[in-house]
Amino acid sequence: MSIRRGLATAAAAMSATLVLAACGGEGSGGDKGPVSLRMTVWTSNKPHLTLFNEIAAEYMKAHPEIKEIKFDPLPFESYSTALTTQMTGGNAPDLAWVFETDAVDFVSSGALVPLDDTLKQTSGYQYEDLIPSTTKLWKRDDKLYAYPFSTSPFGVFVNRDLLKQAGQKTPDELIKEGRWDWTTVLAEGAEVHRSTGKAGIVIRDFEYKEWSNAATFWGGWKAEPWSADGRTCTFDSAPMVDAMTTLHKGIFEDKAMPGPGESADFFTGDAAMTITQISRGALLDGVKFDWDLVPLPAGPGGDYSVIGQAGIGVVKRGGHTKEAKDFLAYFTNPQNAAKFAAYFPPPRDSLLTAENLAKTNPLLKTEQLESVVVNGVKKGVVKPGHAGQAELAQRVRAGLDPLWTPNADVKGVLGDLCKNISPLLEK
Amino acid sequence: MSVSPRTAVADLPKGGSAPAGQPPRRPFWTRRRRDQLAGLAFITPQLLGSAVFVLLPIALVLRYSLYEWNVLAGDFHYTGGDNYTQLLDDANLPQVLKSTALFSVGLVVLNLGLALLLAVLLNQKLRGMTVFRTLFFSPVVVSLVAWTIVWGFLLQNNGGINGLLHTVGIDGPNWLRGEGTAMVSVIVVQVFKNVGLNMVLFLAALQGVPKELYEAARVDGAGAWVRFRSITLPLISPTILLTSVITIVGSLQVFAQIAVLTQGGPKLSTTVLVYYLYQQAFQFHHFGYGATLSILLLLIVLALTVLQWQMRKRWVFHES
Repeated sequence: MSIRRGLATAAAAMSATLVLAACGGEGSGGDKGPVSLRMTVWTSNKPHLTLFNEIAAEYMKAHPEIKEIKFDPLPFESYSTALTTQMTGGNAPDLAWVFETDAVDFVSSGALVPLDDTLKQTSGYQYEDLIPSTTKLWKRDDKLYAYPFSTSPFGVFVNRDLLKQAGQKTPDELIKEGRWDWTTVLAEGAEVHRSTGKAGIVIRDFEYKEWSNAATFWGGWKAEPWSADGRTCTFDSAPMVDAMTTLHKGIFEDKAMPGPGESADFFTGDAAMTITQISRGALLDGVKFDWDLVPLPAGPGGDYSVIGQAGIGVVKRGGHTKEAKDFLAYFTNPQNAAKFAAYFPPPRDSLLTAENLAKTNPLLKTEQLESVVVNGVKKGVVKPGHAGQAELAQRVRAGLDPLWTPNADVKGVLGDLCKNISPLLEK
Repeated sequence: MSVSPRTAVADLPKGGSAPAGQPPRRPFWTRRRRDQLAGLAFITPQLLGSAVFVLLPIALVLRYSLYEWNVLAGDFHYTGGDNYTQLLDDANLPQVLKSTALFSVGLVVLNLGLALLLAVLLNQKLRGMTVFRTLFFSPVVVSLVAWTIVWGFLLQNNGGINGLLHTVGIDGPNWLRGEGTAMVSVIVVQVFKNVGLNMVLFLAALQGVPKELYEAARVDGAGAWVRFRSITLPLISPTILLTSVITIVGSLQVFAQIAVLTQGGPKLSTTVLVYYLYQQAFQFHHFGYGATLSILLLLIVLALTVLQWQMRKRWVFHES
C-alpha cells in the first residue's frame, strides 16, 4: 500500500510540476524601464561584431534608457526565412538587416517604419550626403525605409598565374588593348579549362540555382528579367535570349565555365576568374597565387556594373521603434559609417573615394578600388528584386532548369519561363 | 507494516459518515477509484504534452487554414474557404503529389526490400557478423544533414560517384540535376541512411521464428525459398506491418534531404508535399495556404495509416 501511495504522490507531483511549468515562463511584459534592442544580422564575423558592439557600447553610455543592444547573427543561407519566422512567432527584432532582393517586399509591405525624419533631425547626420543611387531601392513615396549600409559592386577576381600558365593574356593587358569583353573572357576561360583542366570562369554563388547572380553576366547585353515597372516579363526579349545563348554555349560547348553540379573554388586556386562582390576580397588573405581585381568585362551592350546591397531597417513590430530609430541614426552617422567602410562600401559621397577605401582595404590597390568600387557604386544596377521575390525566384529557378542541359532550346525555355511567371508579375 | 490502509487522498472528502440506521455507505475512495486516480495522474504529463504540443497545434493549423496571413505586413484576416479553393486550383499540386508518391513508393519498396535482404543475410551464425550489423546500422546514428551534405558532394557531376563510374568506363549522369536521376538520388541517400533501423527490427523478428518449424519443413522436403515464403514471411509479418507504417509515414515527412540536395528541383521533380508547404509558408509568406497544405498532408497520412491497419487482417499473421 505504501508503494501505491508513493506512486500516486509522485505522479501527482509530476503533473503539478508540469502544470506550473506551463503556466510560468511568462515574460515580465509592460515594463516602462530601460529597453533592450535587438538587431538581426547575417554576419558572424568577429571583427564585424566587435565593431558593432563598440559602437553600441558608446551609444549606451550617453543613453541610459537603453539597457542592452544585441546583435543577433542568423545564418546567411536561411536569413530571410529565419527573420520572417521570428516575426511570425511574435519575436520580431527591433532592427534588421535586409537583402536587396527582399527590399521591395520589406519596403512595400509596411513591415519597416520610415526613417528620414529621424535621420534628418539628428544633428551632424548629413542626410544629403547619402548617394541617391544607393537609397533608391529602399524608398517608397519619397520616404526612406532602410539605410543602405553596404553597397558592394561585383567585380572579377583573376588568378594571373593560372592565366599565364594557360598562355593567356592577363586582364590588365586586355584592358589596355580595349579587349576586356565577354568574347575574350569566354575564349580565355575555355582555353584555361582545355589546357589545365581547371575551371575558366566561375559566377560565384550562382550554381544554376541563385539565378539573380547571373545578372552579372546578362548585364553586358543590357538584358533585364522584367520591365522597369516590374509588370512585364522580359526573359524572352532579344538581349536576354542573346545573352543566355552565349552563356549556354560558354558552359556546354566551350566549357569556359563549370557546368551544373560541378564546383570549383577560385580562392583555392581551382579557377582562373570569378565574378563576385568585392566584400569577398577577404578570402584572398593568404592565397598563394598572383591575383588581380578588375571590373566586369564589357558585353555587346557596352560597359556595365552590378551591385549587391544590404539595408538596415527598423521593424514596426519590434515594439521599440522610437529607440531603434534613434540608435540607427547614431549607428550610421558619418563617423561610424567611416568605420564600417573597412568592410562595407559606404553610401556616403564624402566617404566613397578610392583613397578613403584604400585605408581600410589593405589587400586592394587604389586603382582597383576606383575602377570597381567607386565607379561601380555610382553607376551600378542593383541585382534584380521584385515584390513576392521568394516565390518568383523559385519559379524562375524551376523555369530555367531545362536551360541547363546540353541540348536546350534557349529561346523556347525562356518563352515558357515568361508564360509561367507572368501571372506573378501582374499581381 | 503499520501503515493505515486509508491513503492520504482518501482522507480528503470528509462528512461522508453514514446516518444511523442505514447500512454503512461504501467509502467514496475505493481501491478501484484510487487506482484510477493514480493511473490518471501518471498519464497526465503525457496527455498534457500531447494536448499542448500536438492537439493544440493541429487545431491552430486548422484555424490558420481559414485565414490569409501575411507576416511582413502583419496582416491576418479571415478568408473562409479561399485557401481550400486555391488548393483545388493549384497548378503545381498534381506534380507535387506525384513527386511525393514517387518518393514514398520508391523509398518503401527499396528500404523494406534491402532491410529484409540484409537481415536475412546477417542472420547467419558466422564469425564477424556483429561487425557487419554495426556497419549497416551506423548511418542511423549519423547526423542527417551531415550525411546528406557528404552525399551531395559524392553525387556532383564531377563528384566521387561519377569518378568511380569513370574508372570502369561509364559516363555517369548528372545525378542531382537530371529530372529522373534527382529523385532516385534522394531516395537512395535516404534508404542508405535509415535501412539499418528496419534491418535491426527484421533481425529481431527473424530470430523470434521458432527453429522447429524450419526443421519440420526441411523434413517435409521444403526448399529454401518455400521455407522463406511459407514460414519466415508469415511469421515476421507483424514486423513488416510495423516497419511499413513507420517508413511510409516517415517518407511523407522527408524534408532535410530535399532542402540540402535539390531544393525541390530540377523543375518540381523533387518538390514533395512537406517541402512545398515549407516553401509556401516560410519562404513565400503564405502561412494560411501553408496551413491548408499541412491539413492535406495530415489527411493523407491518416488515410494511409487507416488503410494499412485495415489491410493487416488480410496479410498479417497471428493478429488477434
